[in-house]
Amino acid sequence: MAAPLTLLLIVAVTIRAALFRSSLAELIAERVEVVSPITAWKRVVEGLALLDLGVSPYSGDVFHETPLIIYMFHFLVDYAEITFMVSLNKNFRKQKFALEADRYPMDSLELIRSPKEMYYIPLKVAMFYLLNPFTILSCVAKSTCGLNNAVLALFFLSTIKGNVLLSAIFLCLATYQSIYPITLCAPAMLYFMQRQYIPVNFRRVSFWWFIVQYLFMYLGSLFVLICLSFFLLGSWDYLPSVYGFILSVPDLTPNIGLFWYFFAEMFEHFRLFFLCVFQINVFFYTIPLSIKLKEHPVFLMFMQLAVISIFKSYPTVGDVALYLAFLPVWSHLHRFLRNIFLVSCVLLACSVLFPVLWHLWIYAGSANSNFYYAITLLFNVAQILLVSDYFYAFLRREHHLTNGLYLKRKDGSEATLILK
Amino acid sequence: MTPYGSSPLAGSTHDALTRKSTTASRKMAAHRCSCWSWLFILFSLSVFVVADIHETTPVNDHQGGVDHNAQTAEQTADLPAVEGRRWEATEVKEAGVDAAADAQGTSAPETVVPSSVPQPKDDFQEELVIRPLHSGDIYASFQFRTLWDTDFMRENKVSHYRLFPKSLGQVISKFSVRELHISFTQGYWRTMQWGQPFIPSPPGAELWVWFQDSVTDVDATWKELTNVLSGIFCASLNFIDSTNTVQPSASFKPLGIGNVTDHSFLRYATLPREIVCTENLTPWKKLLPCGSKAGLAVLLKSEKLFHSSFHSQAVHIRSVCQDWQCKTTSWELRQTVNSVFDLHNSGQAKREWSLFKMFSRTLTEACPLASSSKLYIDITDNPEGEQFELSPATSLLSQAVVLGDRRTFSVYDLTQETTFGSVRSLNLLIRWKSNEGEMLRPLLHAERYVAGYGLQTGEIHTLMYNNHPYRSFPVLLLDSVPWYLRLYIHTLSVTSKGKDNKPSYIHYEPSKDRVKPHLLEMLIQLPPNSVTEVTVQFERALLKWTEYPPDPNHGFYVGSSVISSLVPSTVAMDTNSTRERPLFSSFFPCKEESSYFVRIYTEPLLVNLPTPDFSMPYNVICLTCTVVAVGYGSLYNLLTRSFQIEEPNPGLAKRIANVIRKMRGVPPL
Repeated sequence: MAAPLTLLLIVAVTIRAALFRSSLAELIAERVEVVSPITAWKRVVEGLALLDLGVSPYSGDVFHETPLIIYMFHFLVDYAEITFMVSLNKNFRKQKFALEADRYPMDSLELIRSPKEMYYIPLKVAMFYLLNPFTILSCVAKSTCGLNNAVLALFFLSTIKGNVLLSAIFLCLATYQSIYPITLCAPAMLYFMQRQYIPVNFRRVSFWWFIVQYLFMYLGSLFVLICLSFFLLGSWDYLPSVYGFILSVPDLTPNIGLFWYFFAEMFEHFRLFFLCVFQINVFFYTIPLSIKLKEHPVFLMFMQLAVISIFKSYPTVGDVALYLAFLPVWSHLHRFLRNIFLVSCVLLACSVLFPVLWHLWIYAGSANSNFYYAITLLFNVAQILLVSDYFYAFLRREHHLTNGLYLKRKDGSEATLILK
Repeated sequence: MTPYGSSPLAGSTHDALTRKSTTASRKMAAHRCSCWSWLFILFSLSVFVVADIHETTPVNDHQGGVDHNAQTAEQTADLPAVEGRRWEATEVKEAGVDAAADAQGTSAPETVVPSSVPQPKDDFQEELVIRPLHSGDIYASFQFRTLWDTDFMRENKVSHYRLFPKSLGQVISKFSVRELHISFTQGYWRTMQWGQPFIPSPPGAELWVWFQDSVTDVDATWKELTNVLSGIFCASLNFIDSTNTVQPSASFKPLGIGNVTDHSFLRYATLPREIVCTENLTPWKKLLPCGSKAGLAVLLKSEKLFHSSFHSQAVHIRSVCQDWQCKTTSWELRQTVNSVFDLHNSGQAKREWSLFKMFSRTLTEACPLASSSKLYIDITDNPEGEQFELSPATSLLSQAVVLGDRRTFSVYDLTQETTFGSVRSLNLLIRWKSNEGEMLRPLLHAERYVAGYGLQTGEIHTLMYNNHPYRSFPVLLLDSVPWYLRLYIHTLSVTSKGKDNKPSYIHYEPSKDRVKPHLLEMLIQLPPNSVTEVTVQFERALLKWTEYPPDPNHGFYVGSSVISSLVPSTVAMDTNSTRERPLFSSFFPCKEESSYFVRIYTEPLLVNLPTPDFSMPYNVICLTCTVVAVGYGSLYNLLTRSFQIEEPNPGLAKRIANVIRKMRGVPPL
């Protein structure tokens, strides 16, 4: 186990180091698919330059990272590349361990994953993340998305290891970086309750007591972080500049998400309405998903992560890579997936077409914005199909676990399952 | 004599005139010489007294100028008197303020008298300078100055207006304006071919205003002011809002009195896309006391004026000192028109021009309200008449130090009947004899362009040339870039002669999307004989579809960079701002003798931004909403339904059969 993992790490680091030193790094760092206005390394450097000039980085509209990031890089700026690689690799090694602990009570013989399979899941997860071209790209572009992912991975690790305090702290760090991970509160709490045998029952005091505990830790550390940022910067400027920027989507730079073109073409008097609809859409799924998946917090986490990375305002391929890394964990669902082949083909084709159509629009001038927009639409449809397919497969497997794999109709013929 | 007062001046000039004519008849050349030298001694003495600069070189310079003048001036009967009048008029003021009256000899006792008589409250001067350029073009610069010693800021409103336009006076008092500079320009001033203009202006519209420090809400006042000015000048100044307004910290100092340093009372905005046309000129002309009915303004015919390579009209309001001690101040309104006529190309290859050819008008009279009305022709490059020939000729010469250079001008005084000759109209004609001639390269010039390809990123290059062979001098570079070009200040690089040239001062204000533009001000030392290149990278933003102008693929204009500098001068500059000088040489106040102030505007940039497809907002809204609905729908589907075994659905025929069977009372199939 250790040997292949080390090998994998070496390969991953080599690829990144080679790309860093190549001329491709600069090209990749400019790609809109890889960096968003929030995570672009160029903007972080700009923020640092502004800080050096004595101008508040939040007085302009270029820098949108959180104050802690800028101060972190202020000291680390020379070693930034190393920081990135270290954070990515180290933390994803941890994520691997996190998922190692991810066991299921299985009862249907055929559906239980063999221990051997389970044994390789962490390695597969690490491989899916470290060798995913999306991750490599966003690492080479020095996107701060890598840091967000690292914090999230640490959150998973500490959650699954059962460390409530660390889990709350890392979740709060992730929330502090970009608001959306707040929805991961629900799966984390569900997981801990499952682990500590606290029944999810609204009438039980223990349930509420645990929620209060967790929220206290979470909000407490969030409060500390926000105050720390305030004292570092001496002003609240960063709040509208970071969170207002995420929520109100003023920057319409093209990316792989759904927001940019929609709000570029939006009628002015409907803007606020649709903004609210689109942002609520991201957070809204938490409630029904938590109800439906209250027994399966880890899958709920995956779903949340996927929903966030599809519907967030400035998504990048780094976000996509994070939830894609979970896919090996659900390898036991593969037999129930309906259109995985189609979806993977579409995802692959889109990944190739992004730069092509971008070139046609921006550089060659022979296409217009609709071309790139069409490909983002397709990419998002494919992602949605992928996620809903996994959700379907998961639910179906649950159904089979309780009802047996080979269902019979009343008359004895083979039955087909449908959703009703 | 003008019927509108100015009696002290008139009296003294009359005396001087008679005196002059008698002396001239007796011992003309010698006396002229001595009178000139007296005069210049007086001048240099006053410089000496006022500025406390202990130098003897200016005196020598002046002496040299005197000799030169004496040799070249023709000797007609009345012109020396006119000349004398002009200088005498200056003496009056000098005598009033200096104690140096005894230095000027015989004429002094007569001229001290008027100081007890009340001064005229307002005064109007008009002036046209014509400078033949080496490119074959003709540069014509009109300046009209109205001076009024009133206080717009005092409690009781100023209600009686005579020469000063009431519309502007009300603007000054309502908005507590300290200084107002507005210009409308069509075309770009080519510094390399044309040299420096007397009053520089960037292409499009430019407006900068210093407010009194009594103004509390500067932004609101500014907004209101731009809207009012927009109405007065029929221009799109109402498009000035916070997205194109900046507060330069160093580049735009007040040109009038008062050394305010708090730049929160300064607002500067340019509209590089503004098209200047007749509708801007007409209200501008209405501000003149004589309108376009009389005086030099009759030449301002829009069809000719706008058929030129460069055209710029401006209004500058400021308060200036009346005397060198600045005990009393007065408001100065300067209206200028600068234009460059391309007569070389339009004149059927014949290199000659006349007032009529340029303006399709000739001059017939001065504005009766003007205290002075003069036409200057720059003949510095033509001292012996070998380059071109002026007709009608004038012997009246004038020298002025302008833009670090001593220039010689032929002067036509329009207040004199004789100027118009027997035909009662002045149609000045210049006929070229040769078209050689080396132009002195301007010491400072600049250019700017956008580098890079594609619609994602780009780089702004600003090149500044210091052509001085051995002096380096600092320049202030001001760049105001709209927010949709996101500047990355960390990519800023300043190089001269291949080496990094770190600016000694950087003032940078980053932009806010849809709120304020980038402001970059730098103080850069330009090494001698060098090119300094300033580059900064930017990223092009995608805007909302409603934020694009009607022709989005035409591109977006970025206003000119402003380069302000004190350029080392080869001749001593005149530091006394209150001395009577030709208008064109007295716009920028000069603080020291060794250098002069130059402001240069670079080309505006035209930058393309990526555009969305304007034809399909509905489609985009529908399609994106569909995708979101697909996501919502599929999740909703899985969340609300549960798995069930499919019961075979009986076909339509069977169901119908069952219904029939039910009616018949037999068991269904």
